[in-house]
Amino acid sequence: MSTIATSSAASMPHEHAHEEHHENNTVFGFWLYLMTDCLLFASFFATYAVLFMNTAGGVSGKDIFELNFVAVETAALLLSSITFGFAMICAHRQNKSGSLAWLAVTWALGACFIGMEVYEFHHLIEHGNGPQQSAFLTAFFSLVGLHGLHVTAGLIWMTIMFIEVTRRGLGEQTVTRLSCLSLFWHFLDIVWICVFTVVYLMGAM
Amino acid sequence: MALHDAKLASNTDGHASSTHNSDDAHGDVKSYIIGFILSVVLTAIPFTLVMNGDLSKVTTIWSVVTLGLVQIWVHLKYFLHLNFVTEEGRANTFSFLFSALIIFMVVGLSVWIIYESNAMMMY
Repeated sequence: MSTIATSSAASMPHEHAHEEHHENNTVFGFWLYLMTDCLLFASFFATYAVLFMNTAGGVSGKDIFELNFVAVETAALLLSSITFGFAMICAHRQNKSGSLAWLAVTWALGACFIGMEVYEFHHLIEHGNGPQQSAFLTAFFSLVGLHGLHVTAGLIWMTIMFIEVTRRGLGEQTVTRLSCLSLFWHFLDIVWICVFTVVYLMGAM
Repeated sequence: MALHDAKLASNTDGHASSTHNSDDAHGDVKSYIIGFILSVVLTAIPFTLVMNGDLSKVTTIWSVVTLGLVQIWVHLKYFLHLNFVTEEGRANTFSFLFSALIIFMVVGLSVWIIYESNAMMMY
């Protein structure tokens, strides 16, 4: 396994200039996809902003949001952002074991976040506050759920990258893929800042 | 511990990061830590403000929104490495600014129109 990693690392310098250009295009293309994803989130935010007062006589944000719980979720996501940063630094320095270790930590933090979100949704639905109860709850479940689905997709992608790094080492293409995932992960963190500000903090006031 | 390893690797194996602009483009340990500390502070303040509820509602809303925007800027700078210096950074920054403009038009102006029409119909 480690011989494969060494040989791919050794063959890299030859094609470095060519690959660098290719890498930039790939990462930039992925960035453009993220910008379109921004628009998707923006339309969900607009929907939420328009509908959040329409509680149909049911619960409002003030009744259901637990800020302590959300603070822990936020902490998990923030920590996962910096641990992914360390994974990328290790990856760029061809430190395979360091990169894998930080990826594993990031994955665990992301899984904590998703676990807490699933628990929150389950808790709400169990108490009769499911998405079908009011326009507010529909908008809330759609917006927070959309972010949760993105994080879940990120976790699946991270699992695949973990296997790829383990088996093939940190070749040029693998590092490019990791860079895309890193953009995706940090981008989701930015979306979460908007979610906790607009939905939870302003809703709990 | 692994953080320490990463630092060691940067000292002994500087060759692996090939060009000097590679560190600008991908960030180093220091910039991630600065970004992380800033974002922890910028998250803790709005949560405390809302949980304590000492300030008036309008002041709290404006503080929370402002701190949120600052935190987004911190993430863009320290984690996503947007900049106006490298060619790659410029391309990313301008495409981001373009989508920010579209988002302002789609979300900001829609919300403005809907709230105004709501106010005019209800009162």
